[in-house]
Amino acid sequence: MITVSNLVKKFGDFIAVDNISFDVKKGEIFAFLGPNGAGKSTTIKMLTTLLHPTSGSVDINGHDPVRHQHEVRQSFGIVFQDPSLDDELTAYENMYFHAVLYKAAGAGVKQRIHELLDFVELWDKRDVLVKNFSGGMKRRLEIARSFLHHPKIIFLDEPTIGLDPQTRNSMWSYIRELNQREQTTVFFTTHYMEEAERVAQRIAVIDHGKIIARGTAEELKRQTNTANLEDAFLQLTGRAMREEEASGADRLRGAFMRRRGGTR
Amino acid sequence: MSTIYIMWLRQVKRYLRSRSRIIGALGQPILYLLALGYGLGQVFARAGQGNYMEFLVPGVIGMSVLFTSMFNGVEMIWDRQFGFLKETMVAPVSRFNIMLGRVLGGATVATFQGLIVFILSFGVGFRMPMSHPAGYVLSGVFFMFLMALFFTALGTGIASLLTDFQGFQLIMSFVVMPTYFLSGAIFPLDHLPSLMSYITRIDPLTYGVDGLRGSLILSNHFSLGLDFLIMAALCLLMLSVGSYLFSQIEV
Repeated sequence: MITVSNLVKKFGDFIAVDNISFDVKKGEIFAFLGPNGAGKSTTIKMLTTLLHPTSGSVDINGHDPVRHQHEVRQSFGIVFQDPSLDDELTAYENMYFHAVLYKAAGAGVKQRIHELLDFVELWDKRDVLVKNFSGGMKRRLEIARSFLHHPKIIFLDEPTIGLDPQTRNSMWSYIRELNQREQTTVFFTTHYMEEAERVAQRIAVIDHGKIIARGTAEELKRQTNTANLEDAFLQLTGRAMREEEASGADRLRGAFMRRRGGTR
Repeated sequence: MSTIYIMWLRQVKRYLRSRSRIIGALGQPILYLLALGYGLGQVFARAGQGNYMEFLVPGVIGMSVLFTSMFNGVEMIWDRQFGFLKETMVAPVSRFNIMLGRVLGGATVATFQGLIVFILSFGVGFRMPMSHPAGYVLSGVFFMFLMALFFTALGTGIASLLTDFQGFQLIMSFVVMPTYFLSGAIFPLDHLPSLMSYITRIDPLTYGVDGLRGSLILSNHFSLGLDFLIMAALCLLMLSVGSYLFSQIEV
């Protein structure tokens, strides 16, 4: 479903992604782990057509993200690290607008939106403006939206960041059920290791742009001789803390910048 | 087509839902009409220039359209910061259609705002000096729309280059305010010192307001045809430049 071979991304002299290769099978739940600045987001951006690779190749559902942008975009749904909803629209409108953009606004669309909003327990709130939603509700809505156009793959970039354990748990149960029901491939990143351990069928660990380990959680623990994935992860990537560039919200408070490149 | 429509609809819905913004945006034009219209009217009449309120109303409508459309375009920085832009960037549709829908939506909203000011101006004593005004009003609305289209596309183009709001104040001080004050919106274009005369002639708002004046009070500096040609050409140019800049956005 996803095949990545010898993928490289350079920003000037800085090598953000350094010759990585991996593949994700159809219907699989795959975790892509790494410390901040390891190259996770850059990789996701290349897989989702937002960034052109420097070299190497990517295959998403049989299409190349550089040459067949539209086909690739039609194949996946994505939940970004930061919310990407329109706050001034209602939950239903956010869903419907997405359906139109993905040419999925045909006959069954109302039924589909109803089903998905029901599923994430937001149908009662369908006519509420999203700006009145809590962080957890927004995330649920984004998950429902990402599945709306029957994508083959779902990308989730730190989908549970800042959520309480209750919301995190129900989110993963939604995702797992949809993965089962619709055979959707799931590709996600997270900093919560117990989450990856519980949910992911296979894991790849990236650090300094290179994939340094891959396998099931069991295999990674065995390799590193550790009791849980968190310890395995620390063993693999070291204990030093990483610096990361400021996010959009941080930059809002920062200096005026005129920039055209990717963030990391 | 459906992409253009849905992006248009989004802008219009957002506008209709923010009543405070609609009303807030009327404060400035009304203030200008009262302060300048009544305050300078006597001086204007004594200088033999006729009715200043009549002269001023098209200018203040132009200002209203300018402010609303620039704001609507630049508002994209907001989408960029708070996410909705990303949702449209990964959708399987062409960026040109997204940008076009957005700009048409912003221009519709700005035209509507101009119309509200036009209607309110009758309350401060504006009268159209003609017997059958329907066609002239239509032509006026058309000029409002051309101005709105140009400035929304300009705002969107500028917003494509910026990643945060720090630039917003710069745009207000160095683009929006000069465009307003250095056009013929509040003073006649005749007998200007030559430097001013040149500056007003390179200001796009000059031609929009002049076209509006030609339509609403049948008195303008250039001709309606020239105003139209220049505004139409500027719109095409700005839509091309704006959509190019928009296509270069990386999120």
